[in-house]
Amino acid sequence: MRVNLTVNGQPRSDEIEPRLLLVHYLRDVAGLTGTHVGCESTLCGACTVLLDGKAVKSCTVLAVQADGASVTTVEGLAKDGKFHPIQDGFWEEHGLQCGYCTPGMMMAAVDLLSRTTNPSEDEIRHALEGNLCRCTGYQHIIKAVQYAAEKMRAAAGR
Amino acid sequence: MAVVPKFVGERIKRREDPRLISGTATYVDDVRLPGTLSAVVLRSPYAHARINSINVDAARSAPGVVAVLTGADLKDKVGGIPCVAPAEHIPFHPLLAQGKVRFVGESVAVVVASDAYKAQDAADLIEVDYDSLDAVSDPEKALEDGAPILHEEFGTNLVTRALVPNPAVDEAIAKADKVIKFRIVNQRLAPVPMEPRGALADWHQALGHLTVWTSTQIPHLLRSALAAVLGLPENRVRVIAPEVGGGFGAKLNFYREEALVGYLSRMLGKPVKWIERRRENLATTTHGRGQITYLEVPVKNDGTVLGIKAKFICDMGAYLQLLTPAIPGFSGLMMTGCYKIPAMSFEQVMVFTNKMATDAYRGAGRPEAAYIAERTMDMVAGELGLDPVEVRRRNFIPKDAFPYTTCAGLVYDSGDYNAALNKALEIVDYPKMRAEQAEALKHGRYIGIGIASYVEICGIGPSAMLPPKVPGWESATVRMEPDSRVTVLTGISPHGQGQETTFAQMAADAFGIDIDDVTVVHGDTAIVQYGVGTFGSRGLSVGGAALMMSVGKVQDKLKKIASTMMEAPPDQLTFTNRTVALKSDASKSIPLQAVVDAAYGWKMPIPGMEPGLDATSVFEPTGCTFPFGTHISVVEIDPDTGVVKFLSYVAVDDCGNIISPLLVAGQVHGGIAQGIAQALYEEVVYDENGQLITATLMDYAAPRAQMLPRYELAHTVTPSPLNPMGVKGVGEAGTIGSTPCVVNAVMDALKPLGVRHIDMPLRPEKLWRAIKDAKKA
Ligand code: FES
Ligand code: FES
Repeated sequence: MRVNLTVNGQPRSDEIEPRLLLVHYLRDVAGLTGTHVGCESTLCGACTVLLDGKAVKSCTVLAVQADGASVTTVEGLAKDGKFHPIQDGFWEEHGLQCGYCTPGMMMAAVDLLSRTTNPSEDEIRHALEGNLCRCTGYQHIIKAVQYAAEKMRAAAGR
Repeated sequence: MAVVPKFVGERIKRREDPRLISGTATYVDDVRLPGTLSAVVLRSPYAHARINSINVDAARSAPGVVAVLTGADLKDKVGGIPCVAPAEHIPFHPLLAQGKVRFVGESVAVVVASDAYKAQDAADLIEVDYDSLDAVSDPEKALEDGAPILHEEFGTNLVTRALVPNPAVDEAIAKADKVIKFRIVNQRLAPVPMEPRGALADWHQALGHLTVWTSTQIPHLLRSALAAVLGLPENRVRVIAPEVGGGFGAKLNFYREEALVGYLSRMLGKPVKWIERRRENLATTTHGRGQITYLEVPVKNDGTVLGIKAKFICDMGAYLQLLTPAIPGFSGLMMTGCYKIPAMSFEQVMVFTNKMATDAYRGAGRPEAAYIAERTMDMVAGELGLDPVEVRRRNFIPKDAFPYTTCAGLVYDSGDYNAALNKALEIVDYPKMRAEQAEALKHGRYIGIGIASYVEICGIGPSAMLPPKVPGWESATVRMEPDSRVTVLTGISPHGQGQETTFAQMAADAFGIDIDDVTVVHGDTAIVQYGVGTFGSRGLSVGGAALMMSVGKVQDKLKKIASTMMEAPPDQLTFTNRTVALKSDASKSIPLQAVVDAAYGWKMPIPGMEPGLDATSVFEPTGCTFPFGTHISVVEIDPDTGVVKFLSYVAVDDCGNIISPLLVAGQVHGGIAQGIAQALYEEVVYDENGQLITATLMDYAAPRAQMLPRYELAHTVTPSPLNPMGVKGVGEAGTIGSTPCVVNAVMDALKPLGVRHIDMPLRPEKLWRAIKDAKKA
């Protein structure tokens, strides 16, 4: 089957098996290995990407379901050689250790920050409940998201 | 030129992070080699069964399939998975089941195909004819007469029995005011690194050389084991630990699949990759803990503990992995905790069960010990009507007693247990908190305050403490390159701990250069000298000490050369701001680069001196370090639902000197999260037939962000005398302090209801029932 979609702003067209999962399409067809697989069952969030701006777990979306859509992965976060504020936040606040959950965690956070500009600690914990991190105990991840929120508010002049 | 700052002790952002946050890091599954084939393992659905026959015909002819192997194909062609710890009964541990399966998930066949989807399709076509056998999953039942025997050749399910007798304990029991007896369980846990295991093997026929990328904590030890199992010369095997997505002890091991991909790649002449799925991870990656302990504790009425006598039943699982029977020993030896308990004795009975093997999981035996020691202190306080703080103070090893030899024969390097306890009490405002608790109770609110003063073993360790093939030393090479930048090759294999940053801090300060001028390399046996690996909180205290030895050697050479150039004695020289300068007068200096130029032989001023600037060292510690601390949590239990809510969590840890405060905080946070998870949420559950119930992340409750509190951290600093940095290690401290701290808090909350002890995990349902039953009674 043929799918046409935009990945990190680049249009693509590929011939694929109908059963191919979006995460495997991104990793094996598009060659973007920044999106990870941690459970292949919607339970860990390692595979989180943005599908038309909304966070989805790409291990439970078929690539053909994304036909015509626009996908953003961790590789698409930085712009003009500059990290996205969420990337700065994770780096600045030590929001990662092994880094395996990090791409998915950041995509879920970007989704949150697109909906609310000044989330409380509780809102952040809640918004990230679909994303498991085994290393950090979450506290520095929360700080990372707060850091990004503040930076994004400042940039937007709010 | 700008002044080069100092880095040790500063808040330094990690140097590992740019590749990780940009999605450009390379984990095993991200390594791409042209023509790679995918392997999928067919696993046993039974806990215990005889294999009558396996029909692979349909699988072999399925589309894309290149090979299908069963146990019969491997018989006598490869070795088994090694267990290096001593035990009475060590069974052969095959790569694929030989005639019998002994746990759910045991590998039965492997399919290799052009991609993983096709390999899985083909695996589904394999027909295995099993005769199901009775299984035993309860370790206490495994030794009963008539229990199903896992390994017939032994005629028993006993792995080994370890005895550390001491008649003084029985004497203490005879003359004690009171003997407190109880049974506690450290339940089985799954380490659940977010990156499951995975391995990629690439055999080069013409070179007779095998390269294996694998998600491991011990690339060098794994190379040795792999070469032995496959019958290859060790200098023709290269193991690479690329980016590793967490280990927690689960990757301090050598697994069937790592050997299988090596065998298959050699057989097929193509790269072969196997990536573990989460279901496989929960079933076939080592578990941790799994100990039942019966305790007898003789005490005086004033709270003085006179001894501890313990019997452990240790659930080893169906086969023994690398260190399986070595783990319980730490629990026994450390169960006297921070206390000057004059006598202890224990018996450990390790048994086979129809389950995955247990082995190291963050803390590896010491969390169990701290749980025993700290539950004991609270039991003593409860039975004698004393304050738990008072009981701890009465029994603490005093600060002037260090180095202190415990009744188990361990030598604690340094400590000040009261200081950490006092600091934690101050932060929570203990007297005020107790008053609030009493007040709340009047209104039917159950608040509990839990204290745990832990001590643990780090910097593992002197080689004599460990099995021969897992030594305790560590290696490091330091090379100052011709442009005066530094390359560090370390034998440890960090996978999230951040030594690319801490080691760079240390090397930069030592040579007076910028942190960006240091590169730290690890995890590739073809590049790095033989090393041991990252586990037991040894990265900094042992690996870092090896680094400083090599740094010292390179410094010495630079100083010798500089001394001839500056006409000053070498011991008067120091490194600062990219110069070699007089200690007494930094303005009298020469550029470091000039000395480096000389060292590389272009202007070598010392005749006969070997050109070049590198040194390799091995640090063999003379003893372990013993970090300690006090954690205090305050919780409230909702009597209607049994839900535990955290009101506060305070951790005061003493890990000696701190190189990187940011990274220490990260380690403590992550450790606390895993320890709270043991106390409240996690448990690997097998039913009585050995079926694995917790086979997905839906059933295995690894905690999510809203299940954990905010942690408040503080430190006391008691340097270790055993390494040049005075560090102790911090990788496991959080896990060790937090579990008993939280259980003690919950039990404290339920004390007014007469609840004495409930085994972990303290899930709402269990607490709700206990509260209901207590209220009825
Ligand atoms: S891999 Fe998709 S949620 Fe875990
Ligand atoms: S940083 Fe390792 S799982 Fe989150």
